[in-house]
Amino acid sequence: MAVAAPPAPSPPAPSPATSSAVGRRRPRRALLAVGVVGAWVLLWVLLQGRDTLFLSPATLTPLHRRLNELADAVSAGRDSSPVFLYGVDLVRAGLDAFVGGVQDLLARPSGGRPVPAVGWLGVVAVATWLATALGNLRVGALTAAGLVLLGLQGLWTESMDTLALTLSAVALCLLIGVPLGVWAGLSPRVHRLLTPVLDFLQTMPTFVYLAPLTLFFLIGPASATVATLLYALPPVVRLTAHGVRSVPPSVVEASTSLGATGPQRLRGVLLPMSTRTIALGVNQTIMAALSMVTVAALIDAPGLGRTVLKALQTLDVGVAFNAGLAIVVLAIVLDRTTTAASERAQTRPDRSRRSARLRRPALLVGAVAAGAAVLLSRTYLWAAQFPSVVGGTDIGIGDDVARTADSVTGLVQEHLSGITGGLKDAVTLFLLNPFEELLTGSPWYVVLTALVCLSALAGGARAAVTTAVGLALVIGTGLWFDAMTTLASTVLATLVVMALGLVVGVWMGRSRRADAVLRPLLDAGQTLPAFVYLVPFLALFGASRFTAITAAVVYAAPVAIKIVADGIRSVPATTVEAATALGSTRWQVVRAVQLPMAGRSLALAANQGVIFVLSMVVVGGLVGAGALGYDVVAGFSQGELYGKGLAAGAAIVLLGSVLDRVTQAAARRAGPDAHAA
Amino acid sequence: MGAVTAPTATASAAAPSPAQAAVSVRGLWKVFGPGARSVPTDPAARALSRRELLEQRGCTAAVRDVGFDVAPGEVFVVMGLSGSGKSTLVRCLTRLVEPTAGQVLLEGEDLLAADDRRLRELRRHSFAMVFQHFGLLPHRRVLDNVSYGLEIAGTGKAQRRRRAQEVVDLVGLSGYEAAYPHQLSGGMQQRVGLARALAGDPGLLFLDEPFSALDPLIRREMQNEVVRLHREVGTTMVFVTHDLREALRLGDRILIMRDGRPVQCAPGDELLGAPADDYVRDFVREVPRAGVLTLRWIMRPPAADDPLDGPELGPDVVVREATRAVLAADRPVKVVADGRLLGIVGHDEILSIVADAEQVG
Repeated sequence: MAVAAPPAPSPPAPSPATSSAVGRRRPRRALLAVGVVGAWVLLWVLLQGRDTLFLSPATLTPLHRRLNELADAVSAGRDSSPVFLYGVDLVRAGLDAFVGGVQDLLARPSGGRPVPAVGWLGVVAVATWLATALGNLRVGALTAAGLVLLGLQGLWTESMDTLALTLSAVALCLLIGVPLGVWAGLSPRVHRLLTPVLDFLQTMPTFVYLAPLTLFFLIGPASATVATLLYALPPVVRLTAHGVRSVPPSVVEASTSLGATGPQRLRGVLLPMSTRTIALGVNQTIMAALSMVTVAALIDAPGLGRTVLKALQTLDVGVAFNAGLAIVVLAIVLDRTTTAASERAQTRPDRSRRSARLRRPALLVGAVAAGAAVLLSRTYLWAAQFPSVVGGTDIGIGDDVARTADSVTGLVQEHLSGITGGLKDAVTLFLLNPFEELLTGSPWYVVLTALVCLSALAGGARAAVTTAVGLALVIGTGLWFDAMTTLASTVLATLVVMALGLVVGVWMGRSRRADAVLRPLLDAGQTLPAFVYLVPFLALFGASRFTAITAAVVYAAPVAIKIVADGIRSVPATTVEAATALGSTRWQVVRAVQLPMAGRSLALAANQGVIFVLSMVVVGGLVGAGALGYDVVAGFSQGELYGKGLAAGAAIVLLGSVLDRVTQAAARRAGPDAHAA
Repeated sequence: MGAVTAPTATASAAAPSPAQAAVSVRGLWKVFGPGARSVPTDPAARALSRRELLEQRGCTAAVRDVGFDVAPGEVFVVMGLSGSGKSTLVRCLTRLVEPTAGQVLLEGEDLLAADDRRLRELRRHSFAMVFQHFGLLPHRRVLDNVSYGLEIAGTGKAQRRRRAQEVVDLVGLSGYEAAYPHQLSGGMQQRVGLARALAGDPGLLFLDEPFSALDPLIRREMQNEVVRLHREVGTTMVFVTHDLREALRLGDRILIMRDGRPVQCAPGDELLGAPADDYVRDFVREVPRAGVLTLRWIMRPPAADDPLDGPELGPDVVVREATRAVLAADRPVKVVADGRLLGIVGHDEILSIVADAEQVG
């Protein structure tokens, strides 16, 4: 009894003191941050260029050499080690056979014939029928048009390779992910165990999955499939678990009270009632898989990604644009179809309507027609290989697209180079260079101390420890200098993303009309694979860090804007009304009510923004952004840099984890609890 | 004077002996939290109030030492405010919540000793439950919802459709077989819930606040429906509610719970006539008494100067029905059972109740 007593008397007395302390804490923290940055700049001026841990691109540290030796040892053991013979190699052979089978079906010559098992006409017909059956007639038409467009672009085979790889990876994802998600949905313990793993898989940039996998699965479709599997698995697991968990307990209880067994409950209640959420997860998984499959071109995965990559490396904007466009078309078709399918899963069919009554017979007829098309495509060459010439006229548009893109690029560079070049130079000269110089030109201990202090101010003690440990490990990778260069680009791009997120997000949060107009655009932007974003900016700005930063901003802005908009919108209407009734101006409502109450959303937007930005900045290594991204890419292409590439991958993961942890800690601080205290 | 204590005797007569009871509960406990198992057996912990238990042991006692018997064919109502443990109690009786200690006999069978397979058997064939929030499957039509339990039990398709149609007709849902739950009003949805529970032809029905989510008018209509179904089917019912009027309308006997403990278990007229404590008295204060109280509860022993040649009425006649007869007579009415005079009721006694009822409205 006496033990319980102490806490009781304490609250009343010091409450005025605490409330004033809370009131002052925010400005004081900001002031301290300014102080830290000021001291940093001062030390930079004094100690510039000392202990920067610079490492030239071709230099290796002992760690990199050891990683090279390790890679060599792994390759050497490939033919003798039981781990490979009976483990990894079997998995690889199984995956190769599976993916190869799908490729035989869609993309590559098979069965002793010079064409795939199913020709373009068959694929278009079956895909259209599937889209209509799972979704509706509109997405069916979209699918038909999209696929034919791919053919007209002269990229049929490449598209089918990408599709085959994506579909195989997605099939595996569903095979593993849905049961795993159901399990996590039923067992809180499994959920707790899985969540950090899924978080980790999702925060890692697509890029860094690839190198370690090639060590075991070699380059090619098997590695690409495993990488895609890992990257695309989290959404379907998460959303399946979420769907299962959000089935109303009353329904589950009712079915138990009727004597349902576990499997009966799963089949009769849990799965049917979470179909829509699971379908949403499938949609996200498909989009993630498509994104990863294109990036996997770096490890020699076939398909559109390879075309884009080759064109990016030769700075051939026209070809890159054509192939990029094909990826976009594929993304739109897959996204629209799966979205329509998930909407269909939600709405109950109303059999009284005539169109609904006609649906079943129409689908039957369609199935027969699709079957016929498949047969045709196996019999006639014109139905098997996408024709480029019909009746003597060239119907291909790929070259036209490429030529147009080239000429537009030429025109832009000719006439707008003053603007684009000026913008690029101004940002590079006045923002990027000084900031990068501050990070890379200061002694490492100054930067480390400053960053740890800033994390402490933003996210508290634990965030500071995470930063200290993470950055110490970065030093261990031997790539501190490159990591700081990457960090500079990342932070700068994230600041721009947050500025955009605030302005556009607040606007969307306050205006229904702005939301209605912008949201579909943002949704579309989010479904595109990272790779595609590089192409237009490469055309505008050439190969540079600035290109990577702009692409990163455009890539990350949609998610940040949406989170901010949702945060603003979720501020209770009554609070806004009360503030308005007190005579606040619109600006006062935004500043004093909506922004502070959406504080957590802002921090979450920063968290997601920084993860997206980092992932894109790294990919920017392909178009002259250098630093860690370049180290990774170089590791793929040059054997002696393989170990360095692995180390760069590790450094990226470390940077990502630190940024993720710190922004999440900041988000928790900004949470509603902190306000209430 | 001895006659006045008689009601207690009649009340206990209404309670069946454990052997013949449809449901028999003894020493039932449900404790949530760490070390829950030790609470029912620890005299010190048993003595603590719910709040002290939470503060000192960190566990919540939802049901504390509850015992009662329900006769076959009886409508037994468990009543209490939210947090009184009534919903947990009814879930313990179906083992949707696993009791911490105690005994539950359903038609003589020890429910807590049943293994998973036997429990499923019982749930499929012996008892069924109706829920406050219906718990219907949104992706199934009415008929498929009603036949869901039969489907689980492995009944053939033709047979379960036939049976489902029967109960759909029974609860007055004919014509709505092909509708989806979201197309129905709340009252109609609960009819589906009732039909689903009745489809397996259970001997025992548990209803957990089935009408609390409904509008007052619909609620009354559904209460009538339960009265009608009970008359037609004769199922034993354990009915949980927080609404005293509902309890009085439907219940043969009512168990009032507070903080997990039983406070009083008696027929409605006894609750009003002889509340066990101030809590029950407070509870029943707002109810129109004339429709519930019987002459037994308002009669007084005859005084020496009372004329004893007035009309005779039985002790179980409800006040409202006796009012006209008592007021019309110029002498006090004699309350007589088996030829024995129990007491008399005059204008004053009747008017005190009727006037009270008018005040309450």
